[in-house]
Amino acid sequence: MSDTYTLYNPTVMDHFMNPRNMGDLKDADGVGEVGAAACGDIMKISLRIKDGRIEDARFKTFGCGSAIASSSMATELIKGRTIEEALSFSNEEVVDALGGLPPVKIHCSVLAEEALKAALEDYVKRHPEAAKAVAAQPVSA
Amino acid sequence: MASRGFSFPIPSMGPSEPISRVMRHVFLDHQSATPVLPEVFEAMRPYFTEYFGNASSLHQHGLRVRDALATARKQMAGLIQAENPDDIFFTSDGTESSNLAIKGVAYANERKGRHLVVSATEHPSVMNSVEFLEKQGWTCTRVGVTPAGLIKLDEMEAAITPQTVLVAVHHVNHDIGAIQPMREVGRLCAAKGVPLYVDCEASAGWLPIDVKDWGAALVSFSAHRFYGPKGAGVLYRNRKARIVSILHGGVQEGGRRAGTENIPAIVGGGVAAAIAVERLQARIAHTGVLQKRLWDGLSSRIPYIQLNGPLPGPDRITTNLNLSTEFIEGEGQLLLCDLNGIAVASGSSCVSKSLKISHVLGAIGLDHALAQGNIIMTLGEANTVEDVDYVVETFATIVKKLRGMSPMWDEFERGVIDSVIAPTGRGKSFSAHAAEVSGKPAH
Repeated sequence: MSDTYTLYNPTVMDHFMNPRNMGDLKDADGVGEVGAAACGDIMKISLRIKDGRIEDARFKTFGCGSAIASSSMATELIKGRTIEEALSFSNEEVVDALGGLPPVKIHCSVLAEEALKAALEDYVKRHPEAAKAVAAQPVSA
Repeated sequence: MASRGFSFPIPSMGPSEPISRVMRHVFLDHQSATPVLPEVFEAMRPYFTEYFGNASSLHQHGLRVRDALATARKQMAGLIQAENPDDIFFTSDGTESSNLAIKGVAYANERKGRHLVVSATEHPSVMNSVEFLEKQGWTCTRVGVTPAGLIKLDEMEAAITPQTVLVAVHHVNHDIGAIQPMREVGRLCAAKGVPLYVDCEASAGWLPIDVKDWGAALVSFSAHRFYGPKGAGVLYRNRKARIVSILHGGVQEGGRRAGTENIPAIVGGGVAAAIAVERLQARIAHTGVLQKRLWDGLSSRIPYIQLNGPLPGPDRITTNLNLSTEFIEGEGQLLLCDLNGIAVASGSSCVSKSLKISHVLGAIGLDHALAQGNIIMTLGEANTVEDVDYVVETFATIVKKLRGMSPMWDEFERGVIDSVIAPTGRGKSFSAHAAEVSGKPAH
């Protein structure tokens, strides 16, 4: 592949071509679907949460290569984290883990953060008892 | 590009759906560039080293290349059936030609009036030149097009006022391949006494062009769209239009375009134009067969795909297919095509640096969801039937893979949202759904 040029760096291309955690979760504890007003992309993240920890995560994305890679990477990063940890998740983590995104594509990583937060919000809505546990940290997208 | 079926390992398309392990190369972006023909390249070669003179020089070196320029002018004139080769000006490319046509005519006719009429689907070099003039006090009417992308002639007629100094209508649209009714447009302009500028960037070398038949005052095109080199733009201008230079310097090109002529590119462009005249009918016939096979194949293999612009036939150039595949986005399709050796373009917002869909797709009233899933394929003379069959198979697999990853496909199958292309009557529209989920400001 030495003669092949790609639009994104090898990590982004890898996550685009071989996305991790793609799909839906049966009996998900929280599902978030968000759209980007800027470009029209749509991202959905499903979470399975047990004992206050994200046990599993899946994504589905209608969007460009970097949107798909961002959601793939975001689901990789948040697996195993507690709800509290996940609530402070930032898009910058996705950008860093992907080894950078073109400036015009940073909003794709923001969308991944928003989809995750929306899924957590949904979880909290469905599990009011969990809301008490994280009351100190209000959900903000 | 000649198709070469050589062995080339490519990265996995994902665990479940390996698309192909043998890379075939199919260039389907002839709207952006074409390879320089060997005979064109050979004609150019001596003008880099041996005949390096400047056409403005009065010695042997200059006179020789001046002669070469005159030959190229005749060849370019022949491509558009222009009577007088002296009406051909060389520029750097189509964008410069558009700028010169629009601004040059506007500035030259300021006293007559400061109004322009353009079709709403012109190339950005026309739209943005017009916007530039609007900031300086000119006014412009953008004439709408039908859903197929053809200019509304009655609207155009009504838009022309006594202050109108130029009408700009492109021959063929660069995105959707719509062939405009140039003869009717020309007649309307003649009746109103307003010069007509026709951008032939997407048609020169691929369709017959007769400037006399249209009564065009200005016509532009460039050689890299028909197997010539980049850097050889043309502006044809006859006596129907007054024009002033927008580049100031020497008196090259009759004082209409200052700057040293790009002799090798112009020589090559001239040869490419002569070859285009010879091969025109063969090119039309060849790409016409492939266009039909490609669209028939894609539309029978892929559900919820549509062709934007006129149906293949007299209103559509034979080289262009502009596709919208529902429930998936264009950049992902483009990337996966590229990884499988297929070069295509897209008018989706995700491929544009401004995050906006192609203004052409907006002008034909295409639903945003369909504009997002846009792919543009443009055929050339080296494409083969085997190429087309490979593209159909590969593209069908790519669509399936991306739909498998798309929440919209899933929601369509569950009846949450409906199809725009073939509505089932179940679920809300994609746009309504998209607005709902992005209701929260994105940033």
